Amino acid sequence: MKTRSTRAIPSAAVLTVGGLLLTACGSSGDGGSGQAGPASFEGRGPISYVAAKDTTGTIQPLIDRWNKQHPDEKVTFIQLPTDADAQRQQMIQNAETKSDAYTVLSLDVVWTSEFAAHQWIDRLPEKQFPLGRMLEPVVETAKYRDGLYAVPHSSDGGMLYYRTDLLKKAGVKAPPKTWAEMKDACAKVQKLPEGKGVGCYAGQFQKYEGLTVNFSEAVHSAGGVVTGPDGKPDVDTPEAKQGLDFLVGSLKDGTIPKKAVTYLEEDGRQAFQNGKLVFLRNWPYVYSHAQKSDVRGKFAVAPLPGLNGPGSSSLGGHNLAVSSFAKNKATALDFIKFMTSEQSTETLLKEASLAPPYASLYDDQQLIDQYPYLPVLKESIVRAVPRPRVVPYGDVTASIQREAYAALTGSKSSADALKALQADLQKSVAQ
Amino acid sequence: MTASTLTITRRPARRRRHNGLLYAGVAAVVIYCLAPFYWMLVSSLRRSSDIFDTSLLPSPVSFENYTRVFDPAQGFGRALLNSLVVAGVTTVAALLLATFTAYAMARLEFRFKRLILTLIIATSMFPVVSIVVPLLKLFTDIGWINTYQSMIVPSMSFALPLAVWNLTTFFRQMPDELEHAAMVDGCTRGQAFRKIIIPLAAPGIFTTAIITFIAAWNEFLIALSMTNRPEMQTAPVAISKFTGATTWETPFGSQMAAGVVVTIPLVIMVLLFQRRIVAGLTAGAAK
Amino acid sequence: MSHTRVPPPSPDADVVTGAPAVPARTERPAPRGGRRTVRATSGTAGMAALLVSPTLLVLAVVVLYPTVMALHESLYGPKGLDPETGFISDTEPFVGLQNYADILGEAGERFWNAFWNTTFFTVVTVTLETVIGVAMALIMHKAFRGRGFVRAGILIPWAVPTAISGLLWRWIFNSDGVANALLGRQILWTSEGFQAKLAVIVAEVWKTAPFIGLLVLAGLQVIPKEVYEAARIDGAGRARRFWHVTLPLVKPALLVAVLFRCMDALRMFDLPYILIGAQKNSVETLSMLAQNEASNVRFGPASAYAVILFVYVFLIALAFVRLLGTDLVGDTGTPERSRRFGRRRKSAEVTA
Repeated sequence: MKTRSTRAIPSAAVLTVGGLLLTACGSSGDGGSGQAGPASFEGRGPISYVAAKDTTGTIQPLIDRWNKQHPDEKVTFIQLPTDADAQRQQMIQNAETKSDAYTVLSLDVVWTSEFAAHQWIDRLPEKQFPLGRMLEPVVETAKYRDGLYAVPHSSDGGMLYYRTDLLKKAGVKAPPKTWAEMKDACAKVQKLPEGKGVGCYAGQFQKYEGLTVNFSEAVHSAGGVVTGPDGKPDVDTPEAKQGLDFLVGSLKDGTIPKKAVTYLEEDGRQAFQNGKLVFLRNWPYVYSHAQKSDVRGKFAVAPLPGLNGPGSSSLGGHNLAVSSFAKNKATALDFIKFMTSEQSTETLLKEASLAPPYASLYDDQQLIDQYPYLPVLKESIVRAVPRPRVVPYGDVTASIQREAYAALTGSKSSADALKALQADLQKSVAQ
Repeated sequence: MTASTLTITRRPARRRRHNGLLYAGVAAVVIYCLAPFYWMLVSSLRRSSDIFDTSLLPSPVSFENYTRVFDPAQGFGRALLNSLVVAGVTTVAALLLATFTAYAMARLEFRFKRLILTLIIATSMFPVVSIVVPLLKLFTDIGWINTYQSMIVPSMSFALPLAVWNLTTFFRQMPDELEHAAMVDGCTRGQAFRKIIIPLAAPGIFTTAIITFIAAWNEFLIALSMTNRPEMQTAPVAISKFTGATTWETPFGSQMAAGVVVTIPLVIMVLLFQRRIVAGLTAGAAK
Repeated sequence: MSHTRVPPPSPDADVVTGAPAVPARTERPAPRGGRRTVRATSGTAGMAALLVSPTLLVLAVVVLYPTVMALHESLYGPKGLDPETGFISDTEPFVGLQNYADILGEAGERFWNAFWNTTFFTVVTVTLETVIGVAMALIMHKAFRGRGFVRAGILIPWAVPTAISGLLWRWIFNSDGVANALLGRQILWTSEGFQAKLAVIVAEVWKTAPFIGLLVLAGLQVIPKEVYEAARIDGAGRARRFWHVTLPLVKPALLVAVLFRCMDALRMFDLPYILIGAQKNSVETLSMLAQNEASNVRFGPASAYAVILFVYVFLIALAFVRLLGTDLVGDTGTPERSRRFGRRRKSAEVTA
């Protein structure tokens, strides 16, 4: 990676110097073009909305509603594969060919920086969106270098699912706030006759994006960071090590079942529903499934535990952005406003159980009746720390997965893994 | 079955042992090929809440996955039709071109033959991942996005080499005396080829057609990249868009149901064609 | 590129008689009466050009163009990030062969790991597939009731789309899946380690053995029955008949099948990607590396990987063509005489 850029150094240097000159002479003080003002959004007419395939059947009716109101600015729904990598690949291919086929893109929250830096999406006029009413960490995921490049559409946060019946029997009154409390509770449960053969805790530890989520959560919950506030990697710290050690140690002492290194979301959910787990870290979607399973009425949710107190979750969800190569951007902007309105996101919550970006919806009693987990989820999202917001996110998450998985499977010590990770991240981010 | 085989044997003991071995072999082949497929079938018949079940029979049997696959909103029927068009045209075109080329390779003398054969095989070696972006740029420029030809033409890149090489070997195996005799009898070269070689090489041509068709039928990356309208997508693309109720859920049952739906027509088609071809062959041999 | 020179047909090539005991010939159904007439060669060059050019034209458009683009692309580095503006530059810097140097140098460990994985998978799966495929074909070639159904049945593994079969096997090899249930052990197939390789091999062989089986079966079907009869009358045993009659006769079909399998196996991507997952050292192949670079918007290095893979596959294919040239490519039309004299020289001329 380093040598590859050697040839590029002279030109990069010229660019940097050029940039400095610009800022020196320019009066705006707005920095380089990265902080340039929002693009102009002109042109009205038919556009497309590009997102993962939707089987809940809620998106198309929303679009239909828009189309009825705007017969001359019709939106076509282009549905991409379910797999996030495939979605990203299609969007990048569209950008690489500078095609105007895609107008409004539904981006995973971790793609914002990459798409913004490549100028595949336009900077948006911040003032036109009710960002103040949205949860703050969610809005952060839509920004790149202080510029707004997307608008939050849905969010997601991790929660701790736990078995109320088992905890009660074991005499544990409240869900654990720390990892130590969680292990204690497990020890008590496992002494019960019903607790035989029940594993303690699981999350998503297969080598995939879910591991990045769980690793970041462990590090953040122990007071560490993956990347600092300035975006620089800072993961080779005692705090981060305590976070990783929690996962590694738990796998070693059996708190986390060995097979959890092959777990994706669904595997953990299945184990929990079959009564094989006391605690499970997972997304809100599990709630309604578990309500229909054998553990119906025997579980509840709590914020994730941490080292010395409540932990912090990573963030999921999608943001809407406008493709730079699209036509009819004025329509696109209006459509984004429509899709991200409180009304639309409430519909999505009600009918597709997508977590909304608006704070007020989490306090709505009617919605809480429908989704009892909403207050916990709000807490989880408010306290959340997003995964690293870096341009080469693909490389960063790959490095995290590689080193964390090596530590979890015991082929590296956690200290070595973090050291290697720090070096890798520095290389990626510096590129 | 055994009774009928026994009546025609002259050396019963050895024959029986032989037959026993044969049927054991057949059973092994069938089990090897079908056991995983059986698992696919069983999984597709489970309720989505039972997908982690490992019992050998689905209980209860549920067709919910199949109803989901053929839910009009998925457009799977249309996708199957698109796949049929793309794979069908690819196969016919590839076989047609390949037949000419293979005939030349097997029967004609000319310079650079090896070079050409090597070139043809070389073209099928470049990873699809690497040719898809340049092709996408090309097709965007000439307005081929969302057309059948944008899927058919790139499919030729793997279908054609396969067909040329296979047909060449099969044509070569045909004794050229027959062809020559026909030419002596007054057939033109083309007639001799059509009336003698093609029927004799039928098993080879047929097998090549099946294999080409299946390869094209299952192509995913190109079909995904070249289309963005749901009514143009092929079956593998449609399958990739099967979702559970939420992002995290893997609609394993529906995917397996789709797999069954995509595979079974191929097998039925092969069965039907096979009868005809085998019949044609024996008729030809009787002459 | 290979440079092949087929000796021009000699003037007296029109009628060649005799030539009974050339080894290569005896492998084919012996011409009855040992008399063989070579087709008229007049005008064949023109006709050959006519017959071959459509194929070459199509391939040039769909493969040559993107390949040249990829070669060109491989000389460019990834776009740089301007730290000042925070934007990625529009143009890719020309880096010459730097991408290749990086792959073999800095990223060498990962590259060689993928290289050995790819080679290992190819050797093991193609060997197993060949053995199983030939066995299948031999069994299917026997006459028995329901042969048609069984023959269509063995097509199933090959007919199932790779993505679906990857998912199916991932489910089978799940930690709580049926493979572990049958084995009665808790094996974490989809984590890192040799068991992950094993899972890929099992799934790959299952899927593609029928490919070889079908092609060999077709090869068997075009062998005239008389050849077997003759061998049987000569008193050749079952094993002898297989080694000395059947195998040589199906060799061309088998070799083509094996060649195509090798090339496909060398480019293996979907199956390990879906079954085990991306970036698993134990199963990462060269195609997965290329895909990984491309997905991180480094088209230059991605193309460089693709070119290296291409060269590797090409060398293997060339070795095939060279080692087994006569069986594979066949110079049937070449007059026997010049064939006999020219064979050694010719094979020496086919060089990379």
